[in-house]
Amino acid sequence: MFPELNNLLNTTPDQVEQGKLTLLCDAKTDGSFLVHHFLSFYLKANCKVCFVALIQSFSHYNIVGQKLGVSLTTARECGQLVFLEGLKSAVDVFFRPQEEPHPLQFLREANSGNLQPLYEFVQEALKPMDSGEAAWRCPVLLVDDLSVLLSLGVGAVAVLDFVHYCRATVCREWKGNVVALVHDSGDAEDEENDILLNGLGHQSHLILRAEGLATGFCKDVHGQPKGSS
Amino acid sequence: MPSDGCSNSLAVKAAAGAQFLGPNRGPRLSKNPRAPLTEVPTTTSAHPGSPCGSASAKDSVEWEGRSLLKALIKKSALCGEQVHILGCEVSEEEFREGFDSNINSRLVYHDLFRDPLNWSKTGEALPGGPLEALRALCRRTDPGPVTIALDSLSWLLLHLPCTTLCQTLHTLSRQDSCHGDSSPGEQVHVLGLLHEELHGPGPLGALSSLAQTEVTLSGALGQASAHILYRRPQQRPSHQTQWFSILPDFSLELQRGPPLESQPYPDPHTPSMDPTTHLTFNLRLSKKEREAKDSLTLPFQFSSEKQQALLCPGLGQPTSHIFYEPDAYDDLDQEDPDDDLDV
Repeated sequence: MFPELNNLLNTTPDQVEQGKLTLLCDAKTDGSFLVHHFLSFYLKANCKVCFVALIQSFSHYNIVGQKLGVSLTTARECGQLVFLEGLKSAVDVFFRPQEEPHPLQFLREANSGNLQPLYEFVQEALKPMDSGEAAWRCPVLLVDDLSVLLSLGVGAVAVLDFVHYCRATVCREWKGNVVALVHDSGDAEDEENDILLNGLGHQSHLILRAEGLATGFCKDVHGQPKGSS
Repeated sequence: MPSDGCSNSLAVKAAAGAQFLGPNRGPRLSKNPRAPLTEVPTTTSAHPGSPCGSASAKDSVEWEGRSLLKALIKKSALCGEQVHILGCEVSEEEFREGFDSNINSRLVYHDLFRDPLNWSKTGEALPGGPLEALRALCRRTDPGPVTIALDSLSWLLLHLPCTTLCQTLHTLSRQDSCHGDSSPGEQVHVLGLLHEELHGPGPLGALSSLAQTEVTLSGALGQASAHILYRRPQQRPSHQTQWFSILPDFSLELQRGPPLESQPYPDPHTPSMDPTTHLTFNLRLSKKEREAKDSLTLPFQFSSEKQQALLCPGLGQPTSHIFYEPDAYDDLDQEDPDDDLDV
């Protein structure tokens, strides 16, 4: 995690706000560093994390995580981290019987379905343990990223419904947090992405926006973050 | 207009200027714009069969409208009206936050937030989904004036066909005219929250045409403003802009305008520094230098002396002549070859 971001957000792994939806947004720059920050932050904060990783492989996040002081392998083995590796499990969808539900079931469907199987996967991963003592501080859902779902044929409303249900269950009912990354297409007229971004903006408690510099590319300074709640 | 003289519609007008009742009433602002609204308007009676009012509040990510919606709901509840809320975007606990128990007792929250699409299959979802929940509001038979708040119209518009939603809203607004012999007290006021950026111009226009009052939220310098559009039958629509703020207990407070940014006036007592001191080059000329400069003739300046020198040949200088010997093939034409040009 990046201490500077913690200072900006006035938070530390010991004092985690609960019940919040945080929207990460990047425009003309790569906002994935925010995802890595929150992943390592919540693992250090002893939260149970469900990471829906659709963009990179597990080893990529693990390598970056190690530089930030967390081991995803260890977290996964001890049950703190539930990792859905989209790149790998997407192939599984086509090689298993259709009756068995799969979180990425929508890849098989001809028309843009809903993300209920993915929600049920998250629900199963983060539901509180039946045993009286909570092993982890609070459940956290992390998604990298939601824009790729639009590219995979899911409609913006379906993605909004998925986040709605995650918010209702993870944030409201279980007092956990949801963090999701969405790319801002900017000038490119992507109506579906704009609906998704604006719709999530209305649902979020905090919006963290990473923007490229207005003056263009620079070797040492890559952009500027902006936060609004 | 409810005959008990409730301040509801004036509250709506003064705070956001939204008149969401049927009878035509011009906007009236309280005399002291900064005071919270306490005036009680004179009463008018509703025209039988006139549509009950509906108002929509259009917000954006930057200027959210839920607080205004809650403020208007609070005013309705304070008037003794029952308020039905179709809640799609926030949980019931979150919506009721900030209201005291008196207000909360008058709110009925129809929960479409927890399981709107029946994914949980626990049986807790509202039966029939969002459309049926909306139609159920049309069918309710509570006596007395009632306010129906839709939080939000955007959620409904994203999940229902636009035409179906518009027809259902139309039915909702015209409820009292459907019950033939209803007394003037049974009036339905409909408030809807709409997130403008989520929809195209077609659906926005369709919903606009249903609303008697439209409040569009924006602001400047941290101060929220409401641009209010009133539509009255057989009259031109009127516009008004009102600055406002919403207190933590969801009371509305009118403002004169955005807070003036403090202008950085220069201090008149501070002497201004002379920028020409301490220079490494000379900006001034001495008297001798100035004379030399003035007497200098520039090389290409055409003075009368130069003109004379060119025109008159100097002494001892032979005048120049041109000798021309035409040979056999020369065509000597005294005419000016450019005569035929029409220039």
